[in-house]
Amino acid sequence: MALDDSNKRDFKIVGTRPLRPDGVDKVTGRALYGADLSAPGMLVGKILRSPHAHARIRSIDTSAARALDGVKAVVTAEDFDPVGDDFTQDILDNCLARGKALYDGHGVAAIAATSEKVARLALKLIVVDYEILPHVTDVDAAMRPDAPVVLSGRAQENVPAGLSENVTSYFEFGHGDLEAGFAKADKIIERSFKTAATHQGYIEPHACLATMAADGRAELWCCTQGPYMVRDVCAAIMGLDSSQMRVTSSEIGGGFGGKTTVFIEPVALALSHKSGRPVKIVMSREEVFRATGPTVSSSTDVKIGMTADGRITAGQAHLRYQGGAFPCGTVEFGAQSAFAPYDLDAVRTLGWNVLTNRPKEAAYRAPGAPMAIYAVESVVDELCQILSLDPLDVRMKNAAKKGTLSSYGPTFNEIGLMATLEAAKAHPHYSAPLGPNQGRGLSCGFWFNFGGNTCVSLNVNTDGTVGVTEGNPDIGGSRASIGMMAAEELGIAYDKIRTIVADTSSLGHNDVTDGSRVTFSVGLATIDAARGAIREMCGRAARIWGIDADAVVWKDGAAMPSGANAGEFPPMTLAEIAASSHSTGGPIAGHHEGTADGAGVSFGVHLVDVETDMETGAVKVLRYSIFQDAGKAVHPSYVEGQMQGGAVQGIGWALNEEYIYGEDGRLQNAGFLDYRVPVASDLPMIEPVILEIPNPGHPYGVRGVGETPIVPPLAAISNAVSRSAGVRLAELPMSPPKVLKAIKAAKA
Amino acid sequence: MSRLHVNTRVNGDSVDFLCEPEETLLDVLRNQMDLTGAKEGCGTGDCGACSVTLNGRLVCSCLVLAAEAEGQEIGTIEGMADGETLHPLQQRFLDHAALQCGICTPGILIAAKALLEKNPNPSETEVRYWLAGNLCRCTGYDKIIRAVMDTAAEMAEA
Repeated sequence: MALDDSNKRDFKIVGTRPLRPDGVDKVTGRALYGADLSAPGMLVGKILRSPHAHARIRSIDTSAARALDGVKAVVTAEDFDPVGDDFTQDILDNCLARGKALYDGHGVAAIAATSEKVARLALKLIVVDYEILPHVTDVDAAMRPDAPVVLSGRAQENVPAGLSENVTSYFEFGHGDLEAGFAKADKIIERSFKTAATHQGYIEPHACLATMAADGRAELWCCTQGPYMVRDVCAAIMGLDSSQMRVTSSEIGGGFGGKTTVFIEPVALALSHKSGRPVKIVMSREEVFRATGPTVSSSTDVKIGMTADGRITAGQAHLRYQGGAFPCGTVEFGAQSAFAPYDLDAVRTLGWNVLTNRPKEAAYRAPGAPMAIYAVESVVDELCQILSLDPLDVRMKNAAKKGTLSSYGPTFNEIGLMATLEAAKAHPHYSAPLGPNQGRGLSCGFWFNFGGNTCVSLNVNTDGTVGVTEGNPDIGGSRASIGMMAAEELGIAYDKIRTIVADTSSLGHNDVTDGSRVTFSVGLATIDAARGAIREMCGRAARIWGIDADAVVWKDGAAMPSGANAGEFPPMTLAEIAASSHSTGGPIAGHHEGTADGAGVSFGVHLVDVETDMETGAVKVLRYSIFQDAGKAVHPSYVEGQMQGGAVQGIGWALNEEYIYGEDGRLQNAGFLDYRVPVASDLPMIEPVILEIPNPGHPYGVRGVGETPIVPPLAAISNAVSRSAGVRLAELPMSPPKVLKAIKAAKA
Repeated sequence: MSRLHVNTRVNGDSVDFLCEPEETLLDVLRNQMDLTGAKEGCGTGDCGACSVTLNGRLVCSCLVLAAEAEGQEIGTIEGMADGETLHPLQQRFLDHAALQCGICTPGILIAAKALLEKNPNPSETEVRYWLAGNLCRCTGYDKIIRAVMDTAAEMAEA
């Protein structure tokens, strides 16, 4: 089946803005999220967490807790058998510490009790004997050979010698002759940058309700981006067959990558197995900050050479990311994406992943890319300032395009970077006047996007309506866009479709909702499933008409003869074919099971105006515009929403948000009061401009849009601050004290 | 300490319940009355996901003791629509795609309703400051602010 008909297609439903099917439930409070379900006989589960950044656990005495009236089960790491593979073992060891507590907030024991009150009391009765060990939370300090070692024996073979065992992996990308490239430059700038760890900050804390009976069958309700991932990880940890573990994903109250792993589910299952009763665990906000995935913090060196007329001759980046107490691979994405927006003859990126005594890193929207591109785009902007060049012209002069050998290996296909740059240049925002202490900054953004494994069923009901069953939680309107694509392909009204998210026993495997994959991959699967149902319906019409199935085509929601030679029959609608289906061969359905390639990379450009208060160092965002290639925007409102929401998360990262550790290695701001995410009064309207350069890998041209928008704000705002306050910061966040310090230093 | 017997009204219905002295109004709404529309995002009054009204005043129900509800009138998201008819704010939130994950939506709707009752014609700045106590991590607030402004304009015409 041809997949390249996007340019020719005249869409009827795709591109419109219908209401989302789950909307009424969500505005009336009826939608059920992770913490909203209860079960008869349910116990309350709670986890005791380490107050130390790094400590050997000599013993855990749970006898007093067990003796408390109302306590039904207690578990520690000793209650779990070894899993067998490092990836899953790390997930388990992150839930409950095995031998050593590796960070402030690391779980050490858990109890299940008949009430919240008893559960809280019981935690206080658990006695843990800790031997406090030296700790390290800074990435550069953790790389030194004499740094405290978080975990031994986890370094990959290619890690260069002479570094601490905390350095677990090393990556290198690039092409061309760097030395020759720098020799051609008229100006070379080399700078070092640091970015703080930030949290995804979803408003819904992790929650689950687990039942594991004596016969080993388990049911799990939880808020997750990947119910199949939860099933497989929990089944491996609990020693169950996947078929015996059914996971139902609740509505999900935000994830942004942070709900692509498990933190509490195996603990709840073990407590349920021991007690013989359902167990609910709901994290507090403090637990979310201390024990679930923030993003990496980074330390980066960037060197770029440019000619006087703005051609980049060579680029080099050294990236050091810490991902907490367990190995992670995030720096690989950073090293791949750092120079992705540029068409370069000579480029080299090196990356090191490092262990520290911090919580295990979890994915956060374009994981690894924002901090890498922040560093590169800051240096490009400084070169533009020094060489008196227009920053947009320089981006256009060096922009990656179709045929560019990317900095990380592949050659780009159809991409929309140049279109977004041109749109930014033509937009009134770019030439609008600025006042005193105001400055304008911009940055490019990039994300790879992902396709992955997807399974969809599409059922045609006898009344002419259609059910789509898919397996990816609806994290921001995907039921709507999937239903729209089904309606478009079938040629029926959008409100005739109902899209549901299945539990793990009702549908084949689906990869996690990540990599901006759902609208692309589940959409592609839905379209293919619809085409399967259409083939079946054409066959039924052929049988009724007594002609060859090949002589029937599908148009505007109906089967019709392919031409005069096929015979004279009036169109037979989906509803008519469905109504007679039980006498023409039985139920009608379409399916798709496959691995989607061709996700199509995503580019965007952000333009921001800020004003710096020179007396306090506070930076106010005045105007913000986003230009991004969506391939084809299925539901433009939700595409805009991704762009706006991602940008605001990036604004928070640039200006406010950071994990602050004390000398004692404890997290000092584990709450929304002190970890300040942007609020409505911090912001202006965020103007989204959608470009549509069709992705050849999708039948409608769709590209994922969710992750790219968090990438540009970091450098765009830093570049704007440098032009508004006259000082260039090399560290995020640019909180008022840091900006003020830089202003004062510049005056001195 | 023994449990307290509290008489109150929720969304116009009289209700009574027993609670521990330290239990919050949010705990009782969610765990005893099965009114799970109010969410606990932080438990410290920072996120606004648990917003309800107490005698018409906007409060974080995680910061109100359940016992304080004695003799009061509580309004929750479950009481915002009139049967099958959505409140104009609810409808405009749908029209504007002003929610993505939806977890903050009940709290924001309750807060926005309280704003419009106090100030039927708010400026964009007034809406932004009034809703500064309600965190949304998905939308960047743009479509939320537009939905509230649009509702205010529509209700003014009605």
